[in-house]
Amino acid sequence: MHDAHASRPGETPVPLTASAVLVNKVGLHARPSIKLTQCAKGFTAKIELALAADGPWTDAKSPVKVMRVKAPQGATLHFRVAGPDGKAALAAVLALVHDGFGEV
Amino acid sequence: MAEIHLIGRAASPGLAIGPVTMLTAAVARRTASDDPAQEAAALRAAIEGARAEIAEQIKTNQGEVADILEFQVAMLEDDALADPAYGVISEGIAADHAWRLALDVEIAGYRAAEDEYFRARAADIVDIRDRVLAHLSGVDTVARIAGGSIVAADDITPSAFLAADWSRGGAIALAAGSPSSHVAMLARARGAPMVVGLGPLSWNGQPPALALVDGDAGTVIFDPEPETRRLFEHRMVNAAQAAVDAGRLESARTADGQRIAVLLNIAAPEDLAGLDPAICDGIGLVRTEFLFEASQGLPDEDAQYAVYRRILDWAEGRPVTIRTLDAGGDKPIAGLTIDNERNPFLGLRGIRLSLARPEVFRGQLRALCRAAVHGALKVMLPMIAVPSELDRASALLDAEFTSLRAEGIACARPPLGIMVEIPAAALLAEAFGAAFYSIGSNDLTQYTMAAARDIGAVADLNDTGNPAVLALISQTVDAGRKRGVEVSLCGDAAADTRLTTTLIATGLTTLSVAPIAVARLKAAIAKVRS
Repeated sequence: MHDAHASRPGETPVPLTASAVLVNKVGLHARPSIKLTQCAKGFTAKIELALAADGPWTDAKSPVKVMRVKAPQGATLHFRVAGPDGKAALAAVLALVHDGFGEV
Repeated sequence: MAEIHLIGRAASPGLAIGPVTMLTAAVARRTASDDPAQEAAALRAAIEGARAEIAEQIKTNQGEVADILEFQVAMLEDDALADPAYGVISEGIAADHAWRLALDVEIAGYRAAEDEYFRARAADIVDIRDRVLAHLSGVDTVARIAGGSIVAADDITPSAFLAADWSRGGAIALAAGSPSSHVAMLARARGAPMVVGLGPLSWNGQPPALALVDGDAGTVIFDPEPETRRLFEHRMVNAAQAAVDAGRLESARTADGQRIAVLLNIAAPEDLAGLDPAICDGIGLVRTEFLFEASQGLPDEDAQYAVYRRILDWAEGRPVTIRTLDAGGDKPIAGLTIDNERNPFLGLRGIRLSLARPEVFRGQLRALCRAAVHGALKVMLPMIAVPSELDRASALLDAEFTSLRAEGIACARPPLGIMVEIPAAALLAEAFGAAFYSIGSNDLTQYTMAAARDIGAVADLNDTGNPAVLALISQTVDAGRKRGVEVSLCGDAAADTRLTTTLIATGLTTLSVAPIAVARLKAAIAKVRS
């Protein structure tokens, strides 16, 4: 479901990108937004999300900003991650989206 | 005065009638300083105050309510929410005004959303806005709603909903609002009917005094004519009866689908007269004191056997837990209990008395072994404090079983479990070799809190919902899980539907109540979401 065309693994200044489709019932609503931002805050990497591959990018650690995206069910969420633990961070947020935030 | 019919959208099912409470926003006044730094500090303190207040509320709520409150906390903790306000404050605008401006932009963003779900979040941001404003002005602006009333408003915030007592009925009628709002979720969870999207609520002259809310059809009637009201009340009675009838025979499940066993507490076989055994999963507590009261002393073994067998026959194979004589304390029995004990609740009662008077106890154990061949009988010992009491009772049961068998009398050795009603037993439940645990919440509460419920001056301390009592219940449930034996709760707390969610949260999956409480408990269980 996601195409992890990750550029290069490990520590790299080049951001990693990947996308996943929102499968949970009402999209990136209150509870999923909180879960996503809590997950993102667990990493030092800069994590951003967008509804299109070329942005505009939103800080995935800010619930206020993530809620402003108003991503509906079926939307494709694009992630852009940069930082030392970027690979793990990307895997974690993708897993959360695939899992429907534990709500499906 | 003609009745007013309004049609909206159903947001939470059910029918309600009640006096109308119009919610209007309270306006708080506050004197601002001229110093932007002071204003920024005031806003920061108000946001932190609001955050701490919600975090405190989370502690006393579970499931959906906690999720909704956690969302508000996460939003308040995010600097991105207040950043625009701080920007405006630095230009010389007062904190309350700046906060309102910033949040109104945020709210407008949600109201403009295409997706109904995101539009419905506007009410949450309004809630956050008003709560911080209340902290800024030091005035409580959350509207108070009288229990049992029909709330009429443009929209209503989760805070206003949570501040009201919905256990006494009541409903919500909104000009705007949404079935996807957090308040609608809360209303469904609490069983409060709710209708949204009624359009402008405007009256010529007097606001309405009474309203009928039909949360199934999505309609509201203000100031109904007597005949309209009579028909509506008739429908309410029918709906309530239908819900009880349908619910009683169904097995109990939580909203998440978790199966909860509902057992009966009875004090005499007559309690079962006319009852269909299908309403329950068995009998969790048969009190046997009645046998001893009726016979003015000590009933013989055959009389006891006949009664136990009648109860097992009624249960048609469902488990039946019979408690051995629990005399003493508040249950004196002539010729058996000690008169004038200085403190009978801490004296020779329950298993202590049975072990002190083994001739009476032996007769009861013999009758129970004989009855055990007629069904799924379990035997429960009251007032157990230390494992040796269970061991001694178990040895007596073995002896009676062996002697019956030697005499060629049909018998079986029933599993022997304990009541957990003394804190000592709850604290070390795992140390007892019991076949099951049954929590007697009445005594467990009074012994833990050292407060009797029939002494008015301390009755408020006699609270099974107290965290200390709940901790002992959880501990017992954990012990049962570790040892692989069943744990149930058979005290009055099982029938207190205000505690149902809390009790299930401890891990309990078996509750035992009086027959009259079965339908109400099952309905309460159906609303529990973990």
